[in-house]
Amino acid sequence: MKKILGLVFLSLVLMLVGCASGVKLNQVPVEDKSSSLQNAGELNALSGKSAVTSVQTTALGDMNSGPAGAAKVVFFDYDSYTLRADAQPTVEAHAKFLTADKSKRVSLEGHTDERGGREYNLALGQKRSEAVKRALTLLGVNEGQIDAVSFGKEKPAATGSDEDAYAKNRRVELNYR
Amino acid sequence: MFKAFSMVFEAPFLKSSLLVLSDQCSRLALCVPHRMVCIGLLGLVGMVGLQNPAKAQFRVEVSGVGITQIPINLNQFKDEGNSPQKISQIIQSDLERSAKFKVSTNAFAMDESSRPDFNGLRQKALENFVSGSVTKLADGRFDVRFRLWDLIKAQDLGGASYAVVAPDLRRAAHQISDFIYEKLTGEKGVFSTRIAYVTKSANRFNLWIADADGENAQAALTSPEPIISPNWAPNGQQLAYVSFESRKPVVYVHDVATGKRKVVANFKGSNSAPSWSPDGQSLAVTLSRDGGSQIYLIPASGGEPQRLTQSSSIDTEPTFMPDGSAIYFVSDRGGSPQIYRMPAKGGPVARVTFNGTYNISPSLSPDGKWLAYISRQGGQFKLYLMDLTTEKTQALSDTSADEKPSFAPNGKLIIYATQVQGKEALMTVNWENKISARLSGQAGDIREPHWGPFLKSN
Repeated sequence: MKKILGLVFLSLVLMLVGCASGVKLNQVPVEDKSSSLQNAGELNALSGKSAVTSVQTTALGDMNSGPAGAAKVVFFDYDSYTLRADAQPTVEAHAKFLTADKSKRVSLEGHTDERGGREYNLALGQKRSEAVKRALTLLGVNEGQIDAVSFGKEKPAATGSDEDAYAKNRRVELNYR
Repeated sequence: MFKAFSMVFEAPFLKSSLLVLSDQCSRLALCVPHRMVCIGLLGLVGMVGLQNPAKAQFRVEVSGVGITQIPINLNQFKDEGNSPQKISQIIQSDLERSAKFKVSTNAFAMDESSRPDFNGLRQKALENFVSGSVTKLADGRFDVRFRLWDLIKAQDLGGASYAVVAPDLRRAAHQISDFIYEKLTGEKGVFSTRIAYVTKSANRFNLWIADADGENAQAALTSPEPIISPNWAPNGQQLAYVSFESRKPVVYVHDVATGKRKVVANFKGSNSAPSWSPDGQSLAVTLSRDGGSQIYLIPASGGEPQRLTQSSSIDTEPTFMPDGSAIYFVSDRGGSPQIYRMPAKGGPVARVTFNGTYNISPSLSPDGKWLAYISRQGGQFKLYLMDLTTEKTQALSDTSADEKPSFAPNGKLIIYATQVQGKEALMTVNWENKISARLSGQAGDIREPHWGPFLKSN
């Protein structure tokens, strides 16, 4: 280490010497009046150009609850956009709830796992929420009560990059306003 | 092959010292391996606390194969210590990141009126010389002046002066970098352009506007819900993006300077993937209001969308050919996501990518000759470039989780998001020589970059 420091110190000294020999202060810098600087309208036009005004959004309140006792989420297989058999009771409970009260509005929020592009995953999540929408309308729910949207991979339910987390994230959540 | 050299510079002072140090090393054959010199020097700086310890403001990491670099000698600007920004250090960082310059520095200041010592500097194999000054004006603004010299021809290549308010000092420095870059390479510089990107930390999402070097970031939007797909308007003053603040994806247009924003697409279903038309009059967007994800054209001020694609598949990520003639987009109509193109008003669709089963996120170069996109190859997501004339493709990155490329307005660099050591990061790559640089950044995850246009100076 001592040897290295020694070399470094020597180098630093050489560096300083090297710098000093770059331009001899007593020799060269003479005032240059041969050409003037561009002093265009560009200068003042620069002023304030970098300004950014910040905007803050506020958090929405929690969603109202849907049918009592029913699950609020259905899961999907890898690369699949069709409802699994185990989703049937959940979808039926929500269909019953929505057909009984036509003033209720449900938001179907499709989600994907983290693999792949954000916008393409948004479109894949949309396929999942629209699959749930189709199932609800087949059970008699008015289309006007449903908004099928997607969050893509933006709001994972589980973090982690393993199959367990992926399986929890391939889902549609059913939320009421 | 990308690992031919790799440097990490923590602080500006250290950076310039290292460069000079390695010069001396090679000249005097004091050939300590560079890594050892770095460690030794770091220790030394720590011990004696050399002048101008300057907080680690710049973090430039450049890696790639060596190329011919223009040697340039950069002086401290006279009295720059009295301004909030060290102009010469910003210029040095810019020039180094471009990978086209080999910058050496002088420890003392020379202003723009000084003639360089042509013979002395030429003997050190230097070809160009920059000097300048920063003066505080009576009204509180700063007058930044510089001059560039060709040492070989002993010729004055010109200079400029900028009277700016303090927040614009970095912009003045970047404009000087642009001047130097254009004079010496013949290409337009992009140092004074801006980028937009998104960070996520502790369930807060921020949309940032930053200088092209990732510094000077200012928050345009802060939200508890996700923000994705920022896209600059051709005028460089507005951004379109997707915000989930109302618990669904909605497309906004946001005036950056005033913070005024407007919902332009909030239809039933999802609204996403905004992309400005080159004339700034309209946006191509992906809507699911009629079922499925399809591409529509919508006036930039909002209004009735016009449907451009008619498929039962996913059609998304539209982006305009810069001449406005065509739209490139992603579709899974062939069974896997691939890039297609169609006339900008809709019509016959032609497939563009054929290699692999996952090609997404198209971005077109300003001259319309190159297509950057993300391709999944062996489970890795990699930045690819296609020559649209020959249809030849090549991988540009040595990272494996790449997303969302976009071209710098001079077409020479591509910015993209990726992961480095498990953390989200932004990278730029020069596609001609594959030299890449990591942008300094914010804490937390950093993603969704979009490179803004050249700004008009008035």
